[in-house]
Amino acid sequence: MQEEVNLNTGDPSGQQFNSNVVRFKDFMKKFYRNKSALIGGILILALIIIALIGPYLTPYGPNTQNYGNLLAPPSTEHFFGTDHHGRDIFSRIIHGMSITLRVGFTSVLIGMTIGVTLGVISGYYGKWVDTIIMRCMDVLLAFPGILLALAIVAVLGGSLNNVIISVAIFSVPVFARISRGSTLEVRELEYVEAVRSLGASDFRIIIRHVLPNIMSPIIVQATLNIATSVLTASGLSFLGMGAQPPTPEWGAMLNDGRNYMWNAPHITMIPGLAIVAVVLAFNVFGDGLRDALDPKSRN
Amino acid sequence: MLKFLTKRLIQTIPVLIGVTILTFSMVLLIPGDPAQIMAGESASPEQLEIVRERLGLNDPIPVQYFDYLSGVVRGDLGNSIRSGRAVSTEVFGRLAPTVELAFYSTLLSVFIGIIAGVVSAVRRYSLSDTLIMFAALFGLSMPNFWLGLMLIQWFVIGTGWFQASGWGTPQQMILPVLTLGTAGSAIIARMTRSSMLEVIDQDYIQTARAKGVSEKMVIYRHALKNAMVPVVTVVGLQFGSLLGGAVLTETVFAINGLGRLIINAIRARDFPIVQGGVLVFAFLFVFVNIIVDVLYRFLNKRIDLN
Repeated sequence: MQEEVNLNTGDPSGQQFNSNVVRFKDFMKKFYRNKSALIGGILILALIIIALIGPYLTPYGPNTQNYGNLLAPPSTEHFFGTDHHGRDIFSRIIHGMSITLRVGFTSVLIGMTIGVTLGVISGYYGKWVDTIIMRCMDVLLAFPGILLALAIVAVLGGSLNNVIISVAIFSVPVFARISRGSTLEVRELEYVEAVRSLGASDFRIIIRHVLPNIMSPIIVQATLNIATSVLTASGLSFLGMGAQPPTPEWGAMLNDGRNYMWNAPHITMIPGLAIVAVVLAFNVFGDGLRDALDPKSRN
Repeated sequence: MLKFLTKRLIQTIPVLIGVTILTFSMVLLIPGDPAQIMAGESASPEQLEIVRERLGLNDPIPVQYFDYLSGVVRGDLGNSIRSGRAVSTEVFGRLAPTVELAFYSTLLSVFIGIIAGVVSAVRRYSLSDTLIMFAALFGLSMPNFWLGLMLIQWFVIGTGWFQASGWGTPQQMILPVLTLGTAGSAIIARMTRSSMLEVIDQDYIQTARAKGVSEKMVIYRHALKNAMVPVVTVVGLQFGSLLGGAVLTETVFAINGLGRLIINAIRARDFPIVQGGVLVFAFLFVFVNIIVDVLYRFLNKRIDLN
């Protein structure tokens, strides 16, 4: 760490500090000052808590059927009403929370790991390695929107795990592009040159110097990508290509409710609102993070 | 300009080849025997052999790929397993509603997005700015298939003003365009706002103000024109992602477009249709991106000259 200069301030005296600690403190200060990051963070925390302990507290089981009480509107007995099998929608929404968050987090984690690895290799080594990797990413990006994920699920077959895989692949090129761009900038920094001339291996330079310096845009992208992934995954389930019944997945619940829109509109309305709540929380958090981490975009 | 266009088109060739490799591999990666899936469970070994021979499944994989590629180049995408008709006929017959839907939705999102973004930027930190930006965030966070269902709930079941299926009359087209255009409007509004704010703070805008140019002139003649350059790129990307989004919107509103064709083909395990449909979608998207690039360059040049 001796050779590092504090990049945030450009102050050579930063050499004496551990620059990662400085960077982290600086980030936390900006984070607390940024209202939307704070609100988004609290919302996400609340969603995680609901996902973890909610299932133990629901009044009914997610798949408990009651044919004596079909399509009931919201009431004090059933907060969100019941569906066409008499299942309590409130309980199903709470149980579905962990599914939604799991799909969002896992797919982005997988997509990010693969994408960042490819992007850093591409940016660091350049030349033909760069050309090959980035052309492959261009090919993946050539499939508009949900289509790539849809094509993958069409091949693998509809299941929640396949949705995670397909959404992960769908987000690889985004991470590859961002981390490649940042790596190109970091590679040219003087101190990285200096570390290299001191004889550090490529692997060491990438792990110790490149990765820590490109984390900010990647974290922002990851947060916003969870929002997109949740939307994509629920879209696939809505099309019947994702979670299979009776899984209380929100997109699938929405699809179930379509046939009862005339007499029980709450069956389609409520899962959609739940999706909006989760996606909104991650978008707000991501926007705030971006402002906190990137002074250029603060308007 | 011609040189740029040629270069851009040549750059596209490896991407298009990559796309054909991926769509080709789709059939290879299907778990199980593709011939069995296509011929059905009850097919006899002889029938399976016929199907295999007809599809070229007995050839080595590179040979199969080159057969496929030469077919694509000639416009031959194989035949549908279910209807037996040429995939190209099925796919191109369904293309019009999808492109129209994406096009009108893009128009709508440009219209709403730019107005909202400009209002937001000009009245920075006001109540209208806050409301517009919150609406944009909400629009961005909504699954479009859900929005479509809610619009059906309110305006088809509730008031009966519109129809919830088909494509062609305004009663059929307004709700799908609104559904698909909302997220686009949100993205363009956010982009326009931040781009405007960046431009407004620049020296030449301050100079224009100092010279006594009216505020309206400053905003609409000077700022907006320059702020539009990055927005054009977003609009182009939007058209592409709206093409993808059309898959869900077409399903919700029962529009017989390319997206719905693909979904129904996936359900029926009619893989040649899925393969052909996905390929055409990707080619379309790639060419839209070229047009956007050219447009972007053109706009940039004009501003440079000014």
